[in-house]
Amino acid sequence: MTVSANSTAEQKKFNIDTVEHAASTPDTPLPWAELGLKEDEYNRVVEILGRRPTAAELAMYSVMWSEHCSYKSSKVHLKQFGDKVTEKMKEHLLVGIGENAGVVDIGEGWAVTFKVESHNHPSFVEPYQGAATGVGGIVRDIISMGARPVAVMDPLRFGAIDHPDTARLVHGIVSGIGGYGNSLGLPNIGGEVVFDSVYQGNPLVNALAVGVMRHEDIRLANASGAGNKVVLFGARTGGDGIGGASVLASESFDDAKPSKRPAVQVGDPFAEKVLIECCLELFKASVVEGIQDLGAAGISCATSELASNGDGGMHVELTKVLLRDPSLTPGEILMSESQERMMAVVTPENVEAFEAIMDKWNVEYSWLGEVTDTGRLIIDWDGETIVDVDPRTVAHEGPVYNRPFHRPEWLDGVQADSFGEERPFGGEAVKNAVLELMASPNMCDKSWVTNQYDRYVQGNTALAMPDDAGVIRVDEETGLGVAISTDANGRYTYLNPYEGAKLALAESYRNVATSGARPMAVTDCLNFGSPEDPEVMWQFAEAVRGLADGCQELGVPVTGGNVSLYNQTGGVAIHPTPVVGVLGVFDDVARRTPSGWREDGQAIYLMGVTRDELDGSEFANLRGHLGGQPPKVDLQAEKLLGDLLINASRDGMIDAAHDLSEGGLAAALSEMALRFGVGARIGLDEVAERDGVDLFTLLFSESQARAVVSVARSEEVRFKDMCSARGFAHSRIGVVDTEIGALDFQGHFVLPLDELKEAHEGTLPKHFG
Amino acid sequence: MSTPLIGDYSAAPEDAALRAVRVGVITFPGTLDDRDAARAVRLAGGTAVELWHGDANLHDVDAVIIPGGFSYGDYLRAGAISRFAPLMEKVVDASKGGMPVLGICNGFQILTEAHLLPGSMIKNDHLKFMCRDQLLRVENNATAWTSGYTQGEGMVIPLKNQDGQYVADEKTLDELEGEGRVVFRYDGFNPNGSRRDIAGITNAAGNVVGLMPHPEHAVEAGFGPDSSARGDVALRGGTDGIGVFTSVLTSLVAGGK
Amino acid sequence: MPRIVVDVMPKPEILDPQGKAIAGALPRLGLTGFSGVRQGKRFELTVDGDVTPEILEQARAAASTLLSNPVIEDVTRVEVISEA
Repeated sequence: MTVSANSTAEQKKFNIDTVEHAASTPDTPLPWAELGLKEDEYNRVVEILGRRPTAAELAMYSVMWSEHCSYKSSKVHLKQFGDKVTEKMKEHLLVGIGENAGVVDIGEGWAVTFKVESHNHPSFVEPYQGAATGVGGIVRDIISMGARPVAVMDPLRFGAIDHPDTARLVHGIVSGIGGYGNSLGLPNIGGEVVFDSVYQGNPLVNALAVGVMRHEDIRLANASGAGNKVVLFGARTGGDGIGGASVLASESFDDAKPSKRPAVQVGDPFAEKVLIECCLELFKASVVEGIQDLGAAGISCATSELASNGDGGMHVELTKVLLRDPSLTPGEILMSESQERMMAVVTPENVEAFEAIMDKWNVEYSWLGEVTDTGRLIIDWDGETIVDVDPRTVAHEGPVYNRPFHRPEWLDGVQADSFGEERPFGGEAVKNAVLELMASPNMCDKSWVTNQYDRYVQGNTALAMPDDAGVIRVDEETGLGVAISTDANGRYTYLNPYEGAKLALAESYRNVATSGARPMAVTDCLNFGSPEDPEVMWQFAEAVRGLADGCQELGVPVTGGNVSLYNQTGGVAIHPTPVVGVLGVFDDVARRTPSGWREDGQAIYLMGVTRDELDGSEFANLRGHLGGQPPKVDLQAEKLLGDLLINASRDGMIDAAHDLSEGGLAAALSEMALRFGVGARIGLDEVAERDGVDLFTLLFSESQARAVVSVARSEEVRFKDMCSARGFAHSRIGVVDTEIGALDFQGHFVLPLDELKEAHEGTLPKHFG
Repeated sequence: MSTPLIGDYSAAPEDAALRAVRVGVITFPGTLDDRDAARAVRLAGGTAVELWHGDANLHDVDAVIIPGGFSYGDYLRAGAISRFAPLMEKVVDASKGGMPVLGICNGFQILTEAHLLPGSMIKNDHLKFMCRDQLLRVENNATAWTSGYTQGEGMVIPLKNQDGQYVADEKTLDELEGEGRVVFRYDGFNPNGSRRDIAGITNAAGNVVGLMPHPEHAVEAGFGPDSSARGDVALRGGTDGIGVFTSVLTSLVAGGK
Repeated sequence: MPRIVVDVMPKPEILDPQGKAIAGALPRLGLTGFSGVRQGKRFELTVDGDVTPEILEQARAAASTLLSNPVIEDVTRVEVISEA
């Protein structure tokens, strides 16, 4: 099917604000403030152009210079991710920060790309479509690198589980993620579901996608080669999300003002699935030179980024854009965030081959113009020039703010307020505390959510929720594969943003290593409040510094990610929530370690040391307490623990492993037993005495750099020797028992698995049906 | 029992007669499990042949699988648009000549829309998409796709759908039961409200079979239900679905295809 | 038994993937006379007894709150059908 451009006769005639007209009418007032530009920003546009911008140029600058697209408040801090990278860390990086997503060499000619992004504000307005289009957007980022998407993950944060609005958001967001991701044929292999009242008016919907390609298939977003053709393909352009990039994502929702409600973006997963297959066929046939997905800021972003990353020039005719809504103005077309669209650069020789692939997949396309070497991005409307800019000034040279920040005065008081509530004492009380913990909103079973996602499609899922990391096979011949985990703890980061960010990294790193994979690279989604609040800005600066330092110490580079600011309601910011995704590699996913034990008689070991660290813990949270300092983070210990877990997996010493994080040892043992419904006899007195803590503290403290493993009898000597040789604390705390159907904490209490399971699995169905 | 290695290709020893059997796997726009179905055919020892919905040519295949997914987004009714594909006419003709045809999930929905199988699928009774490891009972091992199972055998394979509730009028249901055409039945737990716990059915000749759960996702240890499931299910091994594919290969070879 | 019929359609400016897929399929069946398809929903609310103005008002309230999502849909009809 060949589609001709909209004929001029059909076009509604606008009063077109041409460049010529703009030059001759310098005093025309423009709605720059309504479009979100500050006065000095607008003046800078005028200075760059040497005249007032046209309406279309104003639209482009306003969306591209928004916080969401330009990172104007965060840039000065994010620089550290580049500055604190060593040559050694870059060894496996094929593409680093700055492209649509980073690309990591995983060996044997294979490369993996992955990235996490936020879709918080749209998901609050329209939960189903907001969450769905969040998945769609991140998947297009992955495709535009030349990769086949192979998995998604979704870290989610909601308000209090019993708040009247929470069910609306949970139902909408979970079914939106499922509805879109399931229809794309992407296994959903993990994520997080957290409930905390700080997210009540501002849920966090982060979406991560992973893609796989051969090295030679890597594609970049650049428009090179003057004379090459520029084509827009996929869905038609409608009024979706106009103003969304600058308005929706950059301003908080404030009850006092009438809500700005731009046309909601609606996702069409079928169109996206077809787009995936169609793009992969384009890559296979080598008919595109450069490619860019259309997300926030739509055509404004795609044209300016492609042009400025390539030979610097592009000339397009905007009336050739295929429209769903013919009444759109040029400025609206440039800002539209209609989903499922891509822009590509094609040599004239490949035009025919390109069209044949479009026709096979029944995908609409229109040739908009060509690449030039003029250094200018020229956009015409029916032959008259409406945009004439240096594309770098739009895409890369936006404003940069060094926003003021200072440490909040209240923080000293919060950090001094250590957990002082009464601690459960005695077998019965501790048993009840374990049951209460495992039934709590954050620690309860999440299968009500994850069972709405397809984890099997593509046939390469080796581990998925509730294991520590999602594991995907990349190469069917060799078993080469990857593991991914995403983690964050808003409470830790609230108590100490620098340490909290490191703790998120440490947990994600530990989860990947626990599955048996070697951590290689990091992506992050930094969810914070308003950067105009100096205290929030301090939290942000500290968290970025912590994350960059942590990455350097662990030797894993940040390859890309996303910043989401203005997450607040009525002036109250969310907890600072840096979500950290770590990617690890397996030579053979056959060696992956599941999080539950199965074999009778295997020995259970606790690796690491437990301190009295209950501040910021899930147990303190259950008692309504948030104060003190988060657990101490020791990245050298994390690295050592990671090495041991990876070696133990590779050499077949362990059959199960689970990291200790939220909920501590109590949660880890409960989850390991429930994973396959197999019980164990546990003796904790010796290790409690060694570490100088009581039973309750041993079970509920959230000390870092710890894991529980199960070891076959035949491997025990080798395992202990390995730990001893590296000087890592390890203690035998029990034996797997397939007969007893309980966790028998010997000398203290017996926790029947049926009782534990009922408590653990009942919570979400009780609240959400 | 130790944890099995995953991706162990030695499970299916090479057999030239089996390998000569060509099983077509159709791709529609929006099909998702085509590569998985092709992998299952290969692991079972046969040869998978890619078929394109718009190409009215069966390319000399001996059997056809219509895999799962969301063809055309499931937007009108699941399978409603796909049944009009040029290739489907050929499939309908070939099935009447006795060619084995298997529809999995969306493929089953397409077969009912094409009237090769009776009844239809509506939204799950709980209205949600559901992905779970499902116990089934093989009720009829006389079809081309189930001959390798024993009558009444249990199998655990993944189930994942939104529109999985099998419905038909009472007369049709009675006929299906009376003629032994219920091939798979949900065991223990009916996950979607399907009438009479029906998970899969066959035509009168036994060559056309449709089922909602996914045998192609339970063909390799480590990538099937054992990797994600809990309790008894997880301890089974995760490869209960491979029999569907070995059944059709061996029945075609035995029939002197 | 009177019924109140409520029709809900996607807003004109909002993408309707369902309608789009059906519009794409019609020409393949040789049915080429249509330039577009939009897919909506019809609800039938059954009433025991007469439809009073209050009940009709309740139906309108149901239409605009529960039956439609004002962010992406319009209520295009709330009407009493009085046949048995």
